[in-house]
Amino acid sequence: MMPSTPTVRPIIGLEIHVQLQTRTKMFCGCPVRYDAPPNSCVCAVCLGHPGALPVINRRALEYAVLTGMALNCTIARHTKWDRKSYYYPDLPKNYQISQYDMPLAEHGSFEFDVDGTTKRVRIKRAHLEEDAGKNIHDTPGCTLVDLNRAGTPLLEIVTEPDINSAEEAYVFCVELQRLVTCLGVSEGIMQKGQMRFEPNVNLAIPADGSECRTPIAEIKNLNSFRSVRNAIAYETQRQLAAWQEDPEYVHGRRPNENRGWNDDRGVTEYQRPKEAAHDYRYFPDPDLVPVELTDAMLEATRALMPELPVARRRRLVQQFRLSPKDAETIAEHRPTAELFECVLAAGGPPETVGKQFVNVWLKLANDRGAAVTDLGVSAERMAELAQITTEGIVNKTAANQLAETMLTRPAPPRQIAEELGLIQVQDQAATARWVEQAFAENAQAVRDAMENPKKAKAAAGFLRGQVMKLSGGKADPKLVGDLIEKRLAGG
Amino acid sequence: MAANLDAAAVRHVAHLARLNISDAEVALYAEQLSRVLGYMEQLGELATDGIAPTAHPLPVVNVFRDDVPVEPWDPQRALQNAPQRQGAFFRVPKVLDQDSA
Ligand SMILES: [Zn+2]
Repeated sequence: MMPSTPTVRPIIGLEIHVQLQTRTKMFCGCPVRYDAPPNSCVCAVCLGHPGALPVINRRALEYAVLTGMALNCTIARHTKWDRKSYYYPDLPKNYQISQYDMPLAEHGSFEFDVDGTTKRVRIKRAHLEEDAGKNIHDTPGCTLVDLNRAGTPLLEIVTEPDINSAEEAYVFCVELQRLVTCLGVSEGIMQKGQMRFEPNVNLAIPADGSECRTPIAEIKNLNSFRSVRNAIAYETQRQLAAWQEDPEYVHGRRPNENRGWNDDRGVTEYQRPKEAAHDYRYFPDPDLVPVELTDAMLEATRALMPELPVARRRRLVQQFRLSPKDAETIAEHRPTAELFECVLAAGGPPETVGKQFVNVWLKLANDRGAAVTDLGVSAERMAELAQITTEGIVNKTAANQLAETMLTRPAPPRQIAEELGLIQVQDQAATARWVEQAFAENAQAVRDAMENPKKAKAAAGFLRGQVMKLSGGKADPKLVGDLIEKRLAGG
Repeated sequence: MAANLDAAAVRHVAHLARLNISDAEVALYAEQLSRVLGYMEQLGELATDGIAPTAHPLPVVNVFRDDVPVEPWDPQRALQNAPQRQGAFFRVPKVLDQDSA
């Protein structure tokens, strides 16, 4: 089993298809729509009618270049289109327009953090192609075909086999989704098949002083992060077991194979031997002229490059001393991260803003099923709340209540706090009186706090809660804590 | 000059193209296709040293369209040449193996 043989090294590469969020298809003006009635978003080009001519969607090309740049790829100055021939009912032309030997982008890399360490995965290439239609197999005796999806622009991204565990593959896919959604080149919605993953998996096993490798299995068409992780975890164990049973189960002696993931049974299933690339008979598409990317085109695209998610998270941690977890939460969506930085720019003290943004504003948004940017509270007012919390004008508990009221009241936070009586009482004498009253009313808790080491901590906490209650939430929790401690110590 | 396309190669290509051909046809096509390939091989006689390979005969690049939708076809029009249909779907014989996907 894998855990007890740590020297077995999984070798994993990924092929990812990302649907670009253009309004129209890759080579024709048909709208890209997910829920349209069957065969209602088609034309002569995407149906493959004779004589129809494809024309490149400029936006799709720009999105592909932008993504290639974000993946640190070399962008080809000259690129072309090739036909990949195969027969299947969802492929009306009997070939797919793709890029074979001159991909748009290659030799890149993608860095991300797994369990606190930086992982770097080389990107072999990224190229543009068109999607196929959909075959529907649930009618007995025949297959039904809907060609709405045929011709939808896809970016195929291929990594080098630099991934060494199911967890790394999982994080890679999550981070890639963050990247493409941050770039705005794809919505990255799994449920709509906008990202599809195909891991290539085999094992390097030390044996008799050398290393042997199992045949490569390509797991087809995974469409969730979870299935990527589970399928790879299963496949690595399966290959090790297969090798232990059959010493000939090694690369070169047994064929590479395609396998499918059965989510219900939690297993990969043999499909067929992997078809060699030359069977697709790639050749240049005579219907499409090549693309020459000029300096001006590349610069215009580069100007659209936002700060990328991994970099933004690292900066949030360094610049504002956020915890990695809070930074991840804030940077998850680009508008959220931008609002956060606006709150800071409006003068909110970073540490309080960080905590309040996650624990108060994002929570309020979550409870309402809304985006934090749709709460109707401006960055300036969020900054002001953080300011008066930091200054001790309201305490943390009061700030929560105040934030909720701010959703419906446009007045400045401080004014609302005054009206609701939430201004923190710094008056030492008044606080001392609440402490005295709490001690008088809770003799048992006082005895526990002073004499019972097992219960002391809980009892002191209980007393603090009682004092805050007596103050109507207005006491300064720090002052309350100090006074209780002093009194318990016999002061 | 004769490029040799043997029977196995013809069968392989026929399989990839989903064509069912008889042994007699295999022999016939092997001979005919070899002649076609041989004819094309005349191009090999040209001196192409120092000439950069091109993928396209026209000196034209960068033909793009804007990402603006146009009205797609009505499904009835899309389906009118279909040998078989069911509702608004194209209907084809059951796909049994995924051999070439
Ligand atoms: Zn179309």
